[in-house]
Parts: sequence; C-alpha cells; structure tokens
Amino acid sequence: MKIVLNKDAMLIVKEQDVVPFRNRVKEYAVKIGMSLVNQTKLITAASELVRNMLKYGGGGQTLIEVITQGRDSGIRLTFIDKGPGIKNIADAMKDGFSTGKSLGLGLPGTKRLVNEFDIKSVVGEGTTVTILKWKHG
Amino acid sequence: MKADLSKLLQRKKKQILESWIQHQLVDETLREDLMSNEELREQSEELVNALLKSLSDKVFADADAPELEPVYEILAGISISRARQGFSPKETGLYVFSLKNALQEVLDEEAKDDPQFLYDSIKRINKLMDNLGVLTFETYIKGREEVILRQTDEITEISTPVIRVWDGILALPIIGTLDSARTQVVMENLLQEIVNTGSTIAILDISGVPAVDSLVAQHLIKTVSATRLMGAECIISGIRPEIAQTVVHLGIDLSNIVTKASLASALKYAFGLMKLDVKRIQKDIKS
Ligand SMILES: Nc1ncnc2c1ncn2[C@@H]1O[C@H](COP(=O)(O)OP(=O)(O)O)[C@@H](O)[C@H]1O
Ligand SMILES: [Mg+2]
Repeated sequence: MKIVLNKDAMLIVKEQDVVPFRNRVKEYAVKIGMSLVNQTKLITAASELVRNMLKYGGGGQTLIEVITQGRDSGIRLTFIDKGPGIKNIADAMKDGFSTGKSLGLGLPGTKRLVNEFDIKSVVGEGTTVTILKWKHG
Repeated sequence: MKADLSKLLQRKKKQILESWIQHQLVDETLREDLMSNEELREQSEELVNALLKSLSDKVFADADAPELEPVYEILAGISISRARQGFSPKETGLYVFSLKNALQEVLDEEAKDDPQFLYDSIKRINKLMDNLGVLTFETYIKGREEVILRQTDEITEISTPVIRVWDGILALPIIGTLDSARTQVVMENLLQEIVNTGSTIAILDISGVPAVDSLVAQHLIKTVSATRLMGAECIISGIRPEIAQTVVHLGIDLSNIVTKASLASALKYAFGLMKLDVKRIQKDIKS
C-alpha cells in the first residue's frame, strides 16, 4: 500500500515557473536520498510534463508527493491542466508524434524515465498526468 | 471655537519636519551608507511640504481626493528609488510610519486640553498615513520587480560568453537552463564570433546545464546545424553520466553530433581535426 508522507502544490502559469518547479522536485528527491541518476531522470520527466502543460494546456496545477511503500520511498508528481485535452492518446504516446513542431519525445520519453506513468485526458476538459519514481527504481 | 486639524498641522510644519528627521536619525536602521543626511532631509522636506499643503477636511475623509495626487507621486518616487538603492521593506516602511509618529507627537502637544479633538484627529491621521503606507509597499515591490527583470536581461547577456581557446577553436560554456530566449542569444553570439574569428571548430560545453530535456536537446541540435551551415564543426562537451543516461531513455538521437565527456577531450579532438599535436618538451639532460 502506498502511503503519502508529504504533499506540496505549485501553480504553473508561465515559462518562468518551470525552473522553480524543477528545483522544488529536486529538493524532495534529495531529501529522500534518491540517487543522482534517478533524480536527473525524475527532473527531466517533470520538465517535459510541465512544458507540455504550458505549451498545450495553457498552464495548470502540479502536485508533489513523497510516497512510501514497504521499505521503498519515492516521489509522485501530478500535472493537471484544463486545456483542450488530447484527441488520441495512443498517437500522443508514439515516439516522434508532435502537433507542436517539436521532437515528440516528451510523453513516450517520460514513460521510459519513470516507474509508473498514467495519463487521462478528455477533449474539451483537460489532461492529467501522474508519474512515480522510486528512490532505487 | 472648533479647532481645525489641517490648519494646526500646517502651522506646525517646521516642528513636524524636525521631529520626523530626528526620528529617522536616531533610528538604528538609518542607512547612512545608502543615503546622506542632506539627501534624507531634502526628501523629507519635500514630502512634508506636499502633504501639509494638500491637507483639508475633504482630504482626511477621502483617500482618493485629487489633492493628494502630488503626495502620492512624491512618495511613489521615493519608495521606488529606495527599492532600487537596496533599502529593505522594513526600512522603507519605517520611513513613512515615523512621519505618523511625528504628526501625532505635535498633536499630543497642541491638543492636550481637548481630548475629544485629539482622539478624532489621531484617528484621521492614522487613516491617512495607513493609506500612504500601503502605497509605499506597493510601489516598493514594483521597484524591486523592475530590478529583477533588468537583472534577468543582464544575466542572459553575460552568461553566454564565447571564448577563443585556440586559433580557430571557439568554446561556449553554457551555464543554467537553455530556454528558447537563451538559445537565440547563444546561437547569435556563436555564429557572429565564427565569422569574426574565422574559426572552424566550436565547442559547446554543457557541464553547467542542470537537465537536458527534449526542448533543450532540440535547441542544441539546432545550434549544431546552424554552426555546420557556417562551415564549422560543432562539438558538444561536458555530458555528465547521469545526463547521458537520461538523454538515451528520453529517446534523443545525438548520433550525428560529436559529443565528448569533458572540455579537455573535446579540445584534444579539435586539435586532431586541425592536425595539431600537443607534446611535452624533452629537456636536455645535462651530463
Ligand atoms: N497537456 C496537454 N494538453 C494537450 N495536448 C497535449 C498535452 N501534452 C501533450 N499533448 C499532445 O501530445 C503531443 C505529444 O507530446 P510530447 O510527446 O511531449 O511531444 P512534443 O511536446 O514535442 O509535441 C503534443 O504534440 C500534443 O499534441
Ligand atoms: Mg513535450
């Protein structure tokens, strides 16, 4: 069973919010003693999702949680936007698919960088992405 | 005869000013390093003059009265310039609130025989000065924000130096996050310097970049392509092990780009391209 030890929220509305958000995530990752490689993977994943939220979702709300399960601990991040949503999630998850003239690696790449990945999207209502990275995952 | 608060204060102008300046001079937060006593006196006198001149029953009742505009203007100017000079919010706030003390002291003295008038007057002064206090903070913050914006621009400017490490070899250490605006500056500086120096090799060192996500990678790839269009070769150095692993998992393809772990190895590679050889000098061993 997953237990939430700590909860923190941050609003993302402009590009200048990306770096402070990443730094906050890093602080929590350091606090639970996450390895440097996993920290970097988590921060990069966070960076991808927060940029998507800004570019496609018009900004939104993020949640940073410290999770424990048995003897392991990790960080769970949630990204909630009330943007246009994603029409075809299967397409969006393909390497190289982009409607924004960028590399199209944000969503599929993020999935490869973390231990758990969940995306829910309703056209016209918004998108919610949740990821989890274990300390030794 | 009913006493008139505005007239009373106007009559006591000199005393109010002296008392206010005394308050500021004895205050331990007085920043003589940031402002001379003459400047302080001048600023204070200007504000007291404007404030007392504007006073009337109407002004006490209405904080938005047009008569107060010159006062607001002077005060806004003072707090913005204090924000720029590096005064703390507390120091800036105390400046205005010590004027309130000075006004009340004069009043205590003048109206000690008329408690009802004293009470009413203190209330009116409080209201007016609180408004001025709020305005001070608002403009102070605005001043600080301007400072921050200017510094952001300056950082973008100074944090992208192009270094001539060798005849024909340029190095560009990138520190911090490579966002779209920075990439533009980096690219322009680099391309211009390639033209200016006739260099054929550029080394982009990313040791100081905290994370390489797909946007940063796209910016790097773009910069490399632009460099090649100019007829120069571009090497990316300073890829830390954790960054290398992350980039691979993200799925970013850097196989078309020459990448090196350190600036030193990039330089060595560049020497190789230029057919240069670095050798230790054999000293003659005297027998
Ligand atoms: N929060 C979001 N809201 C709406 N659409 C999104 C969101 N995130 C991603 N998308 C869609 O999914 C596509 C793929 O995203 P991603 O893999 O990050 O690649 P890229 O950002 O380079 O386009 C985007 O081009 C966009 O169409
Ligand atoms: Mg993306």
